[in-house]
Amino acid sequence: MATISAPPKASFALSMLLNDTRYRSYTFQFISLFLLFVAFAYLGSNLFRNLADAGLNISYDFLGEPAGYDINQRLIEYTSQSTHMRATVVGVLNTLLVAFLACLSATILGVVAGVLRLSRNWLISKLMAIYVEAFRNVPVLIWIIIIFTIMTAVLPAPRAFRGDDATASMIFESIAFTNRGVYVPSPVLGSGSLAVVLVFVLSIVAVFFYRRYAKKKLYSSGRLLPVFWPSLSLLFLPSIFAFFVLGQPVSLEYPVLKGFNFAGGWTVRGSLIALWFALAIYTGAFIAENVRAGILAISKGQTEAAASLGLRPNRIMNLVVLPQALRVIIPPLISQYLNITKNSSLAIAVGYMDITGTLGGITLNQTGRAIETILLLMLFYLLISLSISAIMNVYNKAVSLKER
Amino acid sequence: MRIRNLVGVIFVCVLSAGAGIAATLDDVQARGKLNCGVNTGLVGFAAPDSNGEWAGFDVAVCRAVAAAVLMDASAVEFLPQTGKTRFTALNSGEVDMLSRNTTWTFSRDVDLKFEFVGVNYYDGQGFMVPRDLGVSSATELDGATVCIQTGTTTELNLADFFRSNTMNYEPVPIETNAEARQQYLAGSCDVYTTDASGLAASRATFENPADHVLLPEIISKEPLGPLVRHGDNVWGDIVRWTLNALISAEELGITSGNINELASGTNNPEINRLLGSEGNLGEMLGLDAEWAKRAISAGGNYGEIFDAHIGESTPIGLARGLNAQWTNGGLLYSPPFR
Amino acid sequence: MPVERSQIAFVREEQLPERSPPVLETGALKWIRENLLNGVTGTLLTLVSLYAIYFVLSSVLPWIINGLWNTNNIRECKDILAGMSGGCFSVLSDRWNQLLFGITYPNDQYWRPSLAFVLLLIALAPVLFSQVPRQLLVFSALYPFIAFWLIWGGTILFSAVALIGFGVAYMVYSRLVARSFAVAIVVGLLAAVVTWWLGGFVSDAFPDFAALEVVASRDMGGFMLNMILGVVCVSLSLPLGILLALGRQSSMPIIKWICVVFIEFIRGVPLITLLFVANVVLAYFLPPGSNFDLILRVIIMITMFAAAYIAEVIRGGLAALPRGQYEAADSVGLDYAQSMRLIILPQALKISIPGIVNVAVGLFKDTTLVSVISMFDLVGMIRGPILASTDWNGVYWELWLFAAVLFFTVCYGISQYSQWLERQLTTDHR
Repeated sequence: MATISAPPKASFALSMLLNDTRYRSYTFQFISLFLLFVAFAYLGSNLFRNLADAGLNISYDFLGEPAGYDINQRLIEYTSQSTHMRATVVGVLNTLLVAFLACLSATILGVVAGVLRLSRNWLISKLMAIYVEAFRNVPVLIWIIIIFTIMTAVLPAPRAFRGDDATASMIFESIAFTNRGVYVPSPVLGSGSLAVVLVFVLSIVAVFFYRRYAKKKLYSSGRLLPVFWPSLSLLFLPSIFAFFVLGQPVSLEYPVLKGFNFAGGWTVRGSLIALWFALAIYTGAFIAENVRAGILAISKGQTEAAASLGLRPNRIMNLVVLPQALRVIIPPLISQYLNITKNSSLAIAVGYMDITGTLGGITLNQTGRAIETILLLMLFYLLISLSISAIMNVYNKAVSLKER
Repeated sequence: MRIRNLVGVIFVCVLSAGAGIAATLDDVQARGKLNCGVNTGLVGFAAPDSNGEWAGFDVAVCRAVAAAVLMDASAVEFLPQTGKTRFTALNSGEVDMLSRNTTWTFSRDVDLKFEFVGVNYYDGQGFMVPRDLGVSSATELDGATVCIQTGTTTELNLADFFRSNTMNYEPVPIETNAEARQQYLAGSCDVYTTDASGLAASRATFENPADHVLLPEIISKEPLGPLVRHGDNVWGDIVRWTLNALISAEELGITSGNINELASGTNNPEINRLLGSEGNLGEMLGLDAEWAKRAISAGGNYGEIFDAHIGESTPIGLARGLNAQWTNGGLLYSPPFR
Repeated sequence: MPVERSQIAFVREEQLPERSPPVLETGALKWIRENLLNGVTGTLLTLVSLYAIYFVLSSVLPWIINGLWNTNNIRECKDILAGMSGGCFSVLSDRWNQLLFGITYPNDQYWRPSLAFVLLLIALAPVLFSQVPRQLLVFSALYPFIAFWLIWGGTILFSAVALIGFGVAYMVYSRLVARSFAVAIVVGLLAAVVTWWLGGFVSDAFPDFAALEVVASRDMGGFMLNMILGVVCVSLSLPLGILLALGRQSSMPIIKWICVVFIEFIRGVPLITLLFVANVVLAYFLPPGSNFDLILRVIIMITMFAAAYIAEVIRGGLAALPRGQYEAADSVGLDYAQSMRLIILPQALKISIPGIVNVAVGLFKDTTLVSVISMFDLVGMIRGPILASTDWNGVYWELWLFAAVLFFTVCYGISQYSQWLERQLTTDHR
């Protein structure tokens, strides 16, 4: 008869740190933590020794000092007397601006190209394939430079618009394409313009409610209300009506040739356009591939099942294919947005004043504070990336809940 | 293989951790090469030719130092630096000296801890405009679009100039001289501003240099000179006095043509001291007696270097102007070799 | 009862001759109708595309056909063209070597990197294609050492010692691995280091044995630099990426978090900021007086960058493996190292190959960013010395087209390979 005895109480031996799986992981973790600590201590001590040898110190005081340089592209007030901090903020906003524009246009371009690549039209699908392959396989830096060169070398200088023998002319007397950028009319808000804007905002809300109403109606009674045209008219007609009733309070300011440049209106600078277009076209090629893969991932049976229920092709697309395809498309799409934001740092090649151009460029050059500026620069990009990743995680969670 | 490299590097790092910064002179002599930071490409001052040989006014200073220290004017590694990288490269010891049209300013000298050893070119910021723009003075530039090279003092001068004249302008910042020129020629900026010497150098490469004019205003003082790290005075002295030797040589009439003849001894004691046939100046520097002779033979005296790379006979065609010897009404004034 | 002939309304007695199908339903016309003129939108799209093609070709073709290949500078070229549309491709023939090898690589040594490139193709063949005889893998293993010797020069003993070091490490490892994987790795590494250290004396003693002219890293340039950076960084980042991926999957919290922070940090910042670090900051973190050259610092940074991305790809591969594989490995009693080495990684890596190739292509394209930190790679050569020279300032299109074509050839080739491989590896049939 066997008696169950308690397992022998193992006394702790040093060799168990390596051989016993219970303790081994602690040993490894301790060693790696120790090595990490040593590495940091080593690098840190080098840093302090080097700085002490060179008589330098780490300090962010320079951010409060006047920057002394001018920035052509700014979304907020900035003069050369503003601080480096302000210059940094200008750069941050410029980064966000170009990233936003490029994300928007890359998505449109990518979706169009991706869908057209699956088109039954042989020519267009081949053209789109060429577009996708050509842009995906050449470095974005080369594209940025090429588009910038097109901007500066092909478009006419403002000088060409001047005089009686002008070789270039404005389109509709209001838009000028020059090698410094594109000059477009800007709206001038007069008195009463607030009302127009308010009406427009209200129309957007109204469109939203109308669509919900139509959906409810469809589900409850099966009656299909037209959506597209009513939404469109709801969106624009009231505003246009209000605009004329209130005596056209919003007018346009046209760019005119004055002195060396066009003055008035809005200027979209060449560097911004080059960066924006290059990023959009380059990333658009990647998004096109994602979209194509997403649509192809939906099995043909889904489309056929929907068709056999009697849905029309555009309803099949909207109600069956796209909702499923989006689940495949959106995660890579968001990482493409991340890539755009990171690639926008190549602005430095065309002199667009994003944060790499202000903080990591001129501020670094003028103050010589390399460590501080580059640390700040990395933190900024890290912050953006992490927030986009966070959004992506939230989205993934939301999508995975609906999965069966 | 690369892993081995890395291991080697790490070993070297660990071993040399205790060594500290050795004297630059010893480093250079041990290495047998002078690491010299230069411009990434500014014709006349520092640019590689089609064979990859660096040549130019700033390059000649590096070669003279190499000749003085290493007895070989070709024992130089030229490390091209942008406006952004130049100071870190010097600070971190990647280059031994910087000879890259760098303006001597208070903050660079004091705050960034560099030692400017002298001035090899007295410059000033100027403006270049196309002739058909019809502008004859910088004060007419209100509203103009201005191309500037970033990472230089020119941005700050420009901002100050326009602010003090209450004029508006639109800066177009550009990384390299080549791109600035491309944009300027395409007309995407009305004005190109940088050091007047750089403007002249750029204009020389244009298809029709005569179509462009330099405006008369010089809006800043830009004393350009070689610099070294703070704290290594022996090395600083060597670079400083090599430069002075080049300048003095011109003043004393020593040229690469007659230097061998003069080196054997003259009745001018300063020439003798400079060329080492009298006194022990070289020894005081930690070099041999003929250091200056080699430095001068490398590319000639200051005047010869100037004429060969940027003078009036070259496409760049700069007049001596401020850079004439003090005896000719210029600012070049080397302390005596005594 | 015989049927009266007249009672039958119609009887066909001979077969009708065969008619050709309707013109619109066969051959080219059918194809055109279905593929180009399908509906109003289809036709419209075709017309638009035709116009686009015409527009591009009509401006580009004459430019290429009239191109000049043997003028000495842009003025001469412009004179000959006399206002005609045409490219000055002579900049390519004039600066061919500079574009490929940079400005400072010794002129008489160009055969070395060229040979290294050809050998690279041979070395890659058995890795990429399983049809190639397996014996060639030996050459692939030798290739890094040969390439180093060819490109950087110096005595071949240096490469040989490095190779022997790895050989010794492998021998020690294979002897001890049966006992414990960790011990085998550590002892193997130590053996390698000792061998290298001892071998260092040998290679230092005979610096002229089978020596090629030494070329410093900073003398590399042009497209060669892009190739070197791409190949070196991808091959170095693979093992690092595997380690990071395993670390991130690890059950040990500290190791996991170190890997997570590293990967997310690197992936969160643009490569260009890392290059700035290599260029202007890293020097401050190294011991005073130590000075390793820019290209090595850049290689370290790009390798870290690529490793983080590869780690994520491999993590995807690890996650895609069925749980049963892990459990099966555990149930046969394999320890962690064995189960990873023998069961998990071979499968996970196989799934990850297309992803890794994509990262490699992206990385190769990103090597052009080094031009921003004043290194003369292909883009740097064009932006710097070539466009700055008096002879060729103003020939943008030819140069950028050349650069684009060069990168396109390589990247398109690799991505086609990746797609082919993906098809080969697909084992399930959807």
